[in-house]
Amino acid sequence: MNAAEIREVVLSILGGIAPEVDLARVRPDADLREELDIDSMDVLRFVVGLSERLGVEVPEADYPLIRTLDGCVAYLAAHGAAPRQQAGPAAQGAGA
Amino acid sequence: MADFLMPSLGADMEAGTLVEWKVAPGQAVKRGDVVAVVDTDKGAIEVEIWEDGVVAEILVPTGTKVPVGTVLARVRGAAQAAAPGAGPPPAVPAPRREVEAPRPAAAAPPAAMGSGQARASPAARAKARELGVDLSSVAGTGPDGAVTLADVEAAAGKAAAAAPTSARAAPVAGAAAPGMRQAIAAAMARSKREIPHYYLALDVDLSRALAWLARENERRPVTERLLPVALLLKAVARAAREVPEMNGFFVDGAFRPAGSVHLGVAISLRLGGLIAPALHDVDRLDLSAVMRGLNDLVARTRRGGLRSSELSDGTLTVTSLGDMGVGEVYGVIYPPQVALVGFGRVQERPWAAGGMLGVRPVVTVTLAADHRVSDGIRGAQFLAVVDRLLQAPEAL
Repeated sequence: MNAAEIREVVLSILGGIAPEVDLARVRPDADLREELDIDSMDVLRFVVGLSERLGVEVPEADYPLIRTLDGCVAYLAAHGAAPRQQAGPAAQGAGA
Repeated sequence: MADFLMPSLGADMEAGTLVEWKVAPGQAVKRGDVVAVVDTDKGAIEVEIWEDGVVAEILVPTGTKVPVGTVLARVRGAAQAAAPGAGPPPAVPAPRREVEAPRPAAAAPPAAMGSGQARASPAARAKARELGVDLSSVAGTGPDGAVTLADVEAAAGKAAAAAPTSARAAPVAGAAAPGMRQAIAAAMARSKREIPHYYLALDVDLSRALAWLARENERRPVTERLLPVALLLKAVARAAREVPEMNGFFVDGAFRPAGSVHLGVAISLRLGGLIAPALHDVDRLDLSAVMRGLNDLVARTRRGGLRSSELSDGTLTVTSLGDMGVGEVYGVIYPPQVALVGFGRVQERPWAAGGMLGVRPVVTVTLAADHRVSDGIRGAQFLAVVDRLLQAPEAL
């Protein structure tokens, strides 16, 4: 997957978590927690979504590396993100 | 023959709109079945029935707004009629109608509304009201077909309000549905008027709990990871069992301890407002189940789809404002409950132990409790139990 494809999936997962947010306005270098007004539970749902959609399990120790959209896309590209069949409810916002 | 009533989903509800029947006359129902969906200021709520029987007659058509206590349907074959409108016994008191809020809803004529209305998040509901959009005419694109804020805005033909510095829709004062603001105001004013609150705080060293959690999460798949809040909730629930004066209801001038520990979890809505649905039997769930239950509860609170029992049978409420950076929170008790536990942010602080000064992750746990039911000493014991339990996370 190239960076643009990864970014699209990441934004789609975030859209399921913060449906009222205008994703086109997310600044790529800003802290996603602040951009999207999300809490630690939302972050966990995001990480679950990444695992389900892109096959990358982000360990807790690496959470600081995915704080921004750019950082997240770079991290996923470096860890072999590949599309998975969309299955679990978490990616749609229902949690694990 | 028993009556199935518009339930009171908390001390702050006056009326609800019947939006969907899940059953038809002649259909058998059993205790715990979801038989109707009711629209309230807290979103669309799935209403359960609390007896077995057969639906004899449906009295209120979909799209009708009726006051709490109105007979919605009659059920045949229910031997012992349950307390009218009561949720799952034994915890819930009868519908409380003494809330001194204005009652425009009860006086209003039935509101016309399409049947089979989609679920909508409270934020979408507020926006729809603001923009004059009929929710039943909007196709939902959210989870389970829920109507999202974007759907409402698209339906209104209006672009999202531009937020100058960030992507999120800026929460503004009073952005929650006016009805929800009014309901919160009524319940909290009643609480402050009637309940003699006392307040205590205790700093708790979380180094053991967080170290255990980090080790545990390393070996868990991502879908099974735990957040600190799961440990905090479990510790509170077990402490409530040890100090029962914190867990129950003050009704008709007397304290009624609850037989179970159903923790009301204060969940903020993304555009303002607050709901505290109950996570059931937290004292008996393992940490994975607490986490799963919490995930599910937050998701359903935000998109609509809570159950009536979850809104009416919380026995003790927990609020956590740690994610916002707040150090400590002194809560207002949700009547008829008798206590509220608050958690602030986990912060690294200087901490003296064993004659040594070190830096530890520390959280301030607070308790607001009802002086009609307990004294400070019991509250102090309760907080001490929470602390003790959090020092042995592997046993939670």
